Amino acid sequence: MPMSAVDIEQMIKEAIPDAEVRIDDLRGDGDHYAAFISSAAFNGKTRVQQHQMVYAALQGRMGNELHALALQTSAPEDG
Amino acid sequence: MSDNPVIERIKEEVDSSEVVLFMKGSPVFPQCGFSAAVVQALTLMGVKFKGIDVLQDAEIRDGIKQFANWPTIPQLYVKGEFVGGCDIIREMYENGELGEYFSDKGVETGQNAA
Repeated sequence: MPMSAVDIEQMIKEAIPDAEVRIDDLRGDGDHYAAFISSAAFNGKTRVQQHQMVYAALQGRMGNELHALALQTSAPEDG
Repeated sequence: MSDNPVIERIKEEVDSSEVVLFMKGSPVFPQCGFSAAVVQALTLMGVKFKGIDVLQDAEIRDGIKQFANWPTIPQLYVKGEFVGGCDIIREMYENGELGEYFSDKGVETGQNAA
């Protein structure tokens, strides 16, 4: 069962409360998304670590219910 | 380091070549758009890499996700270090970081050969 953009955003914000999240439904099919996430929690973390935090927030759904979620993360400090 | 034989096998693969890409399909015939995108970036940069088709091996397909604590494929490793999946490689390719990364790691690219 695919996830809605609202569910994805909610799960990310539950784990990373200060996150600014934008989700684009790339094909309008509720199955291929791109997420842009900015949070101070990413400061000082590598990009791999930042993405791992987002995947952790999604609690195992990435790669399962969530087939395609392109991630772009940024930390405010990095400008 | 681990009592899981699959993890040991993956570690051997990752250490066996400078640049290793775990992907769906082969470098010549990728079976997934995300894998194809990484193959294309590496090819455009003139980097030699070993492709490992996880579709041929369910244990590796599953184990690689644990290995890097990363839920998706493709996964790129350089000199034993996990660099990222499709999004990270694409971002690094587009902003020029990937070239710097390879040269820092001492990996030969077609571009730096000049």
